[in-house]
Amino acid sequence: MTSVSVKDLRLSFGQVTVLDQLNLDIQEGEFLVLLGSSGCGKSTLLNCIAGLLDITDGQIFINGRNVTWDEPKDRGIGMVFQSYALYPQMTVEKNLSFGLKVAKMPQGEIDKRVARAAEILQIAPLLKRKPSELSGGQRQRVAIGRALVRDVDVFLFDEPLSNLDAKLRSELRVEIKRLHQSLKNTMIYVTHDQIEALTLADRIAIMKGGVIQQLADPNTIYNAPDNMFVAGFIGSPSMNFLKGEIAAGADGKPVFAADGVTFSLHGYRAGEALAPGRKVVLGVRPEHVAVDEAAAGGELHEAVVDIEEPMGADNLLWLKHAGHTMAVRTAGSRRFNPGTKVRLTFDMTLASLFDAATEERI
Amino acid sequence: MSDRGQLKKTAHLSEVPAAWEAGPRGAKPRRLVSTRTIVVYGTLFVAAAYYLLPLYVMIVTSLKGMPEIRVGNIFSPPLEITFEPWVKAWSSACTGLNCDGLSRGFWNSVMITVPSTIISIAVASINGYALSNWRFKGADIFFTILIVGAFIPYQVMLYPIVIVLREIGLYGSLSGLVIVHTIFGMPILTLLFRNYFAGLPEELFKAARVDGAGFWGIYFKIMVPMSLPIFVVAMILQVTGIWNDFLFGVVFTRPEYYPMTVQLNNIVNSVQGVKEYNVNMAATILTGAVPLLVYFVSGRLFVRGIAAGAVKG
Repeated sequence: MTSVSVKDLRLSFGQVTVLDQLNLDIQEGEFLVLLGSSGCGKSTLLNCIAGLLDITDGQIFINGRNVTWDEPKDRGIGMVFQSYALYPQMTVEKNLSFGLKVAKMPQGEIDKRVARAAEILQIAPLLKRKPSELSGGQRQRVAIGRALVRDVDVFLFDEPLSNLDAKLRSELRVEIKRLHQSLKNTMIYVTHDQIEALTLADRIAIMKGGVIQQLADPNTIYNAPDNMFVAGFIGSPSMNFLKGEIAAGADGKPVFAADGVTFSLHGYRAGEALAPGRKVVLGVRPEHVAVDEAAAGGELHEAVVDIEEPMGADNLLWLKHAGHTMAVRTAGSRRFNPGTKVRLTFDMTLASLFDAATEERI
Repeated sequence: MSDRGQLKKTAHLSEVPAAWEAGPRGAKPRRLVSTRTIVVYGTLFVAAAYYLLPLYVMIVTSLKGMPEIRVGNIFSPPLEITFEPWVKAWSSACTGLNCDGLSRGFWNSVMITVPSTIISIAVASINGYALSNWRFKGADIFFTILIVGAFIPYQVMLYPIVIVLREIGLYGSLSGLVIVHTIFGMPILTLLFRNYFAGLPEELFKAARVDGAGFWGIYFKIMVPMSLPIFVVAMILQVTGIWNDFLFGVVFTRPEYYPMTVQLNNIVNSVQGVKEYNVNMAATILTGAVPLLVYFVSGRLFVRGIAAGAVKG
């Protein structure tokens, strides 16, 4: 069943149109991540779903109900903000119960819900404290609790972990995932952090300029990006892009030719015919390049190690290959001195081929 | 582990040449007297003296008897301290017909200042809240008009307001003056509150909306409790402004409602008999005492609030 549905959404501020003709369906119990760099419209979209921004055109449905003109409180949503947005003058307990008090809920029910949320999030000992006496991670737990007590169908997260340090961020990330697994609510989560997106999401919607570039599960997004923007945005370091064209190989099969070097496209599943002469861009992720290992069927290409970045588990190499810089990930145990000549093989089953003009996947 | 650290440190020290060890070590010493401190404290002292000297003269003069004042040395402390001028200024100095001193003006001023301050702050804070958080259509135009209002000289508006008050039957009354003070405080107070509320995190407002609080709920339960400093700033601005006002007080009220400032002027400028400098000085200090007291009580919050309002916005 569809939980949240956005139809033909348009949002303009005066002459500036931020979102246009945006459609998005989110299934019940799904964890959807809106991913993009700042200014891409992801938070704006979330605010529209929450009802905090008045939309210009289109419709929004939550649980089969048209909520386009409803106030945020009537939409059945709970929201968690980046800056926690806890009411500074109230204790944690009052923060959690504020919305319920406004809704004139009986005190017994309020106490029950607050106690349950506090237990789930392990903040029971903090109930009498003020937000200023809490750490960042505790504050964000309280903020999640505030959404939890409302007993809503849909959770909206607006970059909830961006203000936390790296260690806390990964801890709370796991906790949000656990929360989703136990509550099974629909969750919409806005972030610019691709690790959060890849680890948490059932599906990721990558946005740019107010347009959803690709909506798919993390594996598809990572391994079969729809266009060069998605390919370059996801993955760190970024996918290597080689500009070239399709040529006819010796055996008649199409090959990729760039700067006088040819690469067999054996193993690549193209969605359309690869006509020789077509200008294309080959995208290969750093971990899909084998160094010094001759894989069956692949040609060998020489490159020179420029810089080596040991990262513990991995060893990142920056290579000079035919005048371009290329990132390659190898095992951390393998070390290379700068200047070393290595041979490269691309894993074409996991590579991507884009049209040079449209930047769309072929 | 700690042993290893110790070993390392010792090893390091032994490598340092003896000449280095004789060099500077620890906190850098500061000279007490330098050109910089002389300039800074000198300037501060001169500025402070410049402002405090008149106050000193006023206080010593108000404590002298008239014969001592006629000797003419205004800086000398009183030989014989007398509080009689203070008593006279408060309760029996003459202004025109009545001779009950400043006390009448004091209570008039209280009756003008208290409601004016409360009403203007209440209205302006709601204005500022609506302007910064509930962006309604035409908000910018409304705000611009309000701010332009702050730059029109008061004198231009005096006569039109007299006519308006006369037409609605409030001319000469205390409530008429309260309305005038409320209106004239509006531009600057609205600006003050708007900028302060705009500086509060927007997400708090959003969170309260998701929690279901409405316009008044958010204002009273979220915004006001977070904004004590700016309310104190507004209070100080209004109390001092309205208390010190002379023009509106003399124009819009009848003699029996004259505020303290007008009363003071009438005492000081009365032309009959001898000029009683000691009574005049005492009356002036009494009139200025209320704003001064307000500032000393809440000055710390004032500075904090002004700074907050200035940076954010």
